[in-house]
Amino acid sequence: MKMLINVAETVVADALRGMAAAHPELTVDVENRVIVRRDAPVAGKVGLVSGGGSGHEPLHGGFVGPGMLSAACPGEVFTSPVPDQMVRAAAAVDSGAGVLFIVKNYTGDVLNFDMAAELAEEEGIQIAKVLVNDDVAVTDSLYTAGRRGTGATLFVEKIAGAAAEEGAPLERVQALARQVNENSRSFGVALSACTTPAKGSPTFDLPPGELELGVGIHGEPGRERRAMMTSSEIADFSVHAILEDMNPRNPVLLLVNGMGATPLLELYGYNAEVQRLLGERGVPVARTLVGNYVTSLDMAGASVTLCQVDEELLRLWDAPVKTPGLRWGV
Amino acid sequence: MLDADFFRRWMTATAASVDREAERLTALDSPIGDADHGSNLQRGFTAVVATLEKEAPDTPGAVLMLAGRQLVSTVGGASGPLYGTLLRRTGKALGDAAEVTEEQFTDALRTGIDAVMALGGAVPGDATMIDALVPAVDALADSFGAAKTAAEEGAVATTPLQARKGRASYLGERSIGHQDPGATSSALLIAALLEAAGE
Repeated sequence: MKMLINVAETVVADALRGMAAAHPELTVDVENRVIVRRDAPVAGKVGLVSGGGSGHEPLHGGFVGPGMLSAACPGEVFTSPVPDQMVRAAAAVDSGAGVLFIVKNYTGDVLNFDMAAELAEEEGIQIAKVLVNDDVAVTDSLYTAGRRGTGATLFVEKIAGAAAEEGAPLERVQALARQVNENSRSFGVALSACTTPAKGSPTFDLPPGELELGVGIHGEPGRERRAMMTSSEIADFSVHAILEDMNPRNPVLLLVNGMGATPLLELYGYNAEVQRLLGERGVPVARTLVGNYVTSLDMAGASVTLCQVDEELLRLWDAPVKTPGLRWGV
Repeated sequence: MLDADFFRRWMTATAASVDREAERLTALDSPIGDADHGSNLQRGFTAVVATLEKEAPDTPGAVLMLAGRQLVSTVGGASGPLYGTLLRRTGKALGDAAEVTEEQFTDALRTGIDAVMALGGAVPGDATMIDALVPAVDALADSFGAAKTAAEEGAVATTPLQARKGRASYLGERSIGHQDPGATSSALLIAALLEAAGE
């Protein structure tokens, strides 16, 4: 597999050096692997820190900036960052108003953020946490590590970020983040496996004529494999899986998210099918975002995320945001 | 009696063995995980050896606590906190004695394993590192060799099990038929005891 890299060992550090060069509005600590908005800590503002394995760009580093994250901690590819990074990030963004950790529900992320929360609190930083677990593909939560955090992470980071920017206190920011997560559901499909730089070959074996339904964002196989389907059929399967698990009475935010190697041409076509189905099911779509936001390296495929919103969540979604990956109203 | 040098040799032997087996660990992690278990542990134990040389802790407890802290700070993923906790809590249980008996070490290791189970929520039979560690510590009363055999058998015995913790659990029944990478690396850690003892 050809990759635009030097050597696998320096992939994350090289990307961080490139981010630093492209985004002078961010402070990028390449050695300690922390990306912080340059004006942090902002007086009186709650800090928002997220992080996770690399390979999901623009998540999370691309969502650092006014109106969204205060800092992000990138780990090795598909490997949770370590507590030292999170404590460093929390210390850099804490103005005294406390810090919210936004954690995707994977065993590694949960354990490392838990350890970091303890250490940061020992340093006198008030920490609150929110766990993102929106992936309906994991059905048997009792006997697994539980539902995975995927596309809803973007909604949580944006809406909680907007509330923090307005000066909401830590408790309120955490409550909003939880509300967003509880009202969000996702379902993803893969048309090809992805290749991690360290391994250099696909992480699982997906024959050319088949697709993987209910896939996660780490190249882990999904819940079921079938013969390749059309965009309309895939949308039908995905929307059905989500609406089996939620019954939106309010309008929804819709994220049609590319996994990394699916062209926008296909994603927009997929969005047309998803919106047609939501229309048929009587689910009003308030806002739509189409693009590559929560990716899985070079995996081909897409996920759909719905987030049911009230007027307040919609207002916070529309609030200005200025990050490398998401930018409007500024 | 086991002194600080013995525990340093244990960590060095583990690092060497993880180096040798890194590709195999990664290959085991590929069909049911994300193909990085070998490289993550390699990074961690390499850092452990370096920090032990630099800081030269002089008691068994201090060696293991430093090693554990270093793993937490360098490995990431679930393996970092889990292996880090195993060594830290084992080290803490050894206290500050300059030498410990094999019985004391066995008891301390049991404390460390209990802490890993509390942190990760896994119990025997979930197809995790616990399935190698628990039989190993049970056999440790006999000899390091018996512990090595028990750990290796425990790792192999995860193959027909369905994973119930960690990333492999998302596969449900499709995780059956794969030897757990964490149990496999745990068996390397236990086997390194034998090397450290020079047996």
